[in-house]
Amino acid sequence: MTTATTTTVRMTGISKSFLGVPVLQGVDLELRGGEVHAVMGENGAGKSTLLKVLAGVHRPDGGTIEVDGDPVSFAGPTDAQRAGIAIIHQEFTLLPHRSVAENVFLGREPVRRMQVDRRRMVADTRELLDWLGEDGIDPTDAVSSLSVAQRQVVEIVKALSTNARVLGMDEPTAALADHEVELLYDLVRRLRERGIAILYVSHRMREVFDLSDRITVLKDGRFVTCAPTGELTSEALVRHMVGRDLGEYYPDRAAPADLGPVRLALRGAGNDRVRDLDIEVRAGEIVGLAGLQGSGRSAVARAVFGVEPFTRGVLEVDGTPRQVTRPRTAVRLGIALVTEDRKGDGLALRQSVRDNTLLVRRAALRGARSRARSDLPALLDLVTVVSRGEHQEVRFLSGGNQQKVVLAKWLAVEPKVLIVDEPTRGIDVGAKRAVHELLRDLARRGVAVLMISSELPELIGMSDRILVMHDGALAGELPAGASEGAVMALATGHGIGEVA
Amino acid sequence: MSTVHENIAPARRTAARPAVRRRLTPVVIVYLALAALLVVGSVLVGMRGEVLLDQAGILNILTRATALGVVAIGQTMVILTGSLDLSVAYLIGLTSLIAAETMAGREGMIVPGLLLALAVAAGVGLVNGLVITVLRANAFIATLGVALILRGYLEHTYTGPAGDVPRGFQHLGYDRIGPVPVAALLMLAVVALSWWYLSRTRPGYHMYAVGGDVEVARLSGVPTRRVIVTAHVLCSVAAGLTGVYLASRLGSGAPYVGTDAGYDLESIAAVVLGGTLLAGGRGGVVGTLGGVLILATLDTIFDDLEVDPFFKDVVRGIVLVTAVALYARRMMADRARGRLA
Repeated sequence: MTTATTTTVRMTGISKSFLGVPVLQGVDLELRGGEVHAVMGENGAGKSTLLKVLAGVHRPDGGTIEVDGDPVSFAGPTDAQRAGIAIIHQEFTLLPHRSVAENVFLGREPVRRMQVDRRRMVADTRELLDWLGEDGIDPTDAVSSLSVAQRQVVEIVKALSTNARVLGMDEPTAALADHEVELLYDLVRRLRERGIAILYVSHRMREVFDLSDRITVLKDGRFVTCAPTGELTSEALVRHMVGRDLGEYYPDRAAPADLGPVRLALRGAGNDRVRDLDIEVRAGEIVGLAGLQGSGRSAVARAVFGVEPFTRGVLEVDGTPRQVTRPRTAVRLGIALVTEDRKGDGLALRQSVRDNTLLVRRAALRGARSRARSDLPALLDLVTVVSRGEHQEVRFLSGGNQQKVVLAKWLAVEPKVLIVDEPTRGIDVGAKRAVHELLRDLARRGVAVLMISSELPELIGMSDRILVMHDGALAGELPAGASEGAVMALATGHGIGEVA
Repeated sequence: MSTVHENIAPARRTAARPAVRRRLTPVVIVYLALAALLVVGSVLVGMRGEVLLDQAGILNILTRATALGVVAIGQTMVILTGSLDLSVAYLIGLTSLIAAETMAGREGMIVPGLLLALAVAAGVGLVNGLVITVLRANAFIATLGVALILRGYLEHTYTGPAGDVPRGFQHLGYDRIGPVPVAALLMLAVVALSWWYLSRTRPGYHMYAVGGDVEVARLSGVPTRRVIVTAHVLCSVAAGLTGVYLASRLGSGAPYVGTDAGYDLESIAAVVLGGTLLAGGRGGVVGTLGGVLILATLDTIFDDLEVDPFFKDVVRGIVLVTAVALYARRMMADRARGRLA
């Protein structure tokens, strides 16, 4: 008998409310050593809260937690760590100005002769990094110099360094590119082999089926079901999560008649991130921009929008060459950018739905047009925002609704060119579909859409054409419905010919 | 970071930054600026046939730097922790009075006077810290409020200097070895001790963590409230030390000794000039010492040149704004590099 049969953690009847709003109601969960236990549910179903209760971040209002049969009560994250439970949070929990080693041992710095034992911190961190095969990261590097994927690795190292027996992961792949996801899978499997219990929260169906041994489904804070992964189909799982069928469905692509004139054109454009870009996006089409993390996808978006402008080549809007050196110019020209960092760049979190929605209009347009808000309800309806009214602060909305507010913000100025960077990152299935339909609808009404996504099925399902970037330049163009293999081949620097 | 690993790092690093950019940290910039200022100042003062860095000049710079230096070190700790202390100036006045009145000219009361002044300072720091952490008041407002309370007490109780510092304690203010005041050496010892505390001990690490991101620190098990309260207590004790030192120089306590020199804003200026982020999480006392020395040197040069005091303030303002703008540019460049994707 292996350790896989011993129960490590049992949560029974867990309840938790925030400001009187129940988030968890009597949830049960059993987690065994050596298993990957997936928790699924739409945003707002209570997955993250459940994880945070387990991690000692939130105290449950009711219910019990047992570790190896002994009831425990965590006053804070440190107590949970001591019981062998560590969590990788959805938001990165690293200090950018501090080194990798300092982050890994934050709050648990080894002390020797009254001083922090920096040598040991660095050595232990290096050992863990080597064990993961991550020798590209040095323990003395500042976290601010690392890529998103490398920061993820640091998060995992941080959790492992507590000698955790139970590891909670909240949407660990949300910020990763496809090739990095594979590395994470490997890592998770290795952790499982070592008898670690993994609580895996994710929206991505494929991941959950690839990785997990059992799946628990939550809906609206309540336990729905728990079953071995092998006994569930993806259709059944979706039914449990949303109470309705939602297959892999994308709206119809553009017909040739839908295509209008070229809205956005780049001719030989470049800066110190990207080079030799020749791109045309027509009214009525959605052009996908694929590439690995660091290939320059987002740099193109930032350059077009004037954040880090092009220094070479020509940028044309509706056939006229333009100098876009600041976002304000871009907005005036009818270019909109939905950034990948919704909370950091996209929203004023403490302001209301209304103020966020009208932010760009007030900033960019003059006079009466900027003050008009008669069409605000129509705008919010259009993007189907669910809120407790237009005065609610956006930080209280779910991820999906926040993203819809970002979209509404741009629709308020009726853009001609819409660039969306990871438009559905970290939002639930229903909201995702709403965003997809909205993007297609906008294209149909004559907007030129440039869509960046790390999620290949989404990119392929949505795009009328796919441009693939590699190492700061365009590696090639693929037609609608190209295979994931073809995209990855170009993205990793191989020609199309080699794939076929 | 540590030089030990610098040797291994370059080979492992996938994308090493140009070495020059990496080494040009705010601390390096501030000391380069100090060196440049000393050269330019020496030339300007030299044109009047005088010498900037003669015995009197060095003494002048170090004496100015001593009082400001100790407050600014305390201020560095609270700012690193993401907080701020506007009450230090009045606290300096209060502690100078407590020390001088307790001593009342008696040599035997030196130690009790010292201890009482520092204990009161620690108490004020404790109040600052608790108001900020437990009552969750914004640090700016909380310490401004405490400053007003202290001012009210001082104005109600005192009309001018009070108390009497015995001869024996005045040595602290006036003894020197060559051109170097003993008090300046003690100030350097405080710098060294705080440097060690911030960069080598766990509580020091936690100050950086709390200033960098309170929530991240909390989730990592850092006792964030305790860290903030500790920073405020240490800051106030530093202000208390300054008060005691100024009492020893004046021979008595004075209610306005802290506010006349504007130690509240001046100490914040020195910290920021020294490259510490006003938002917290990045910086240190070594930079602050550089900032203090720059401000003290500027003052000495202006005195030697007999510059109009209003013009002095204009130049100090320009120096401060230039420094902050320079650091901000570098931060932007760092940030841009971090998000290459």
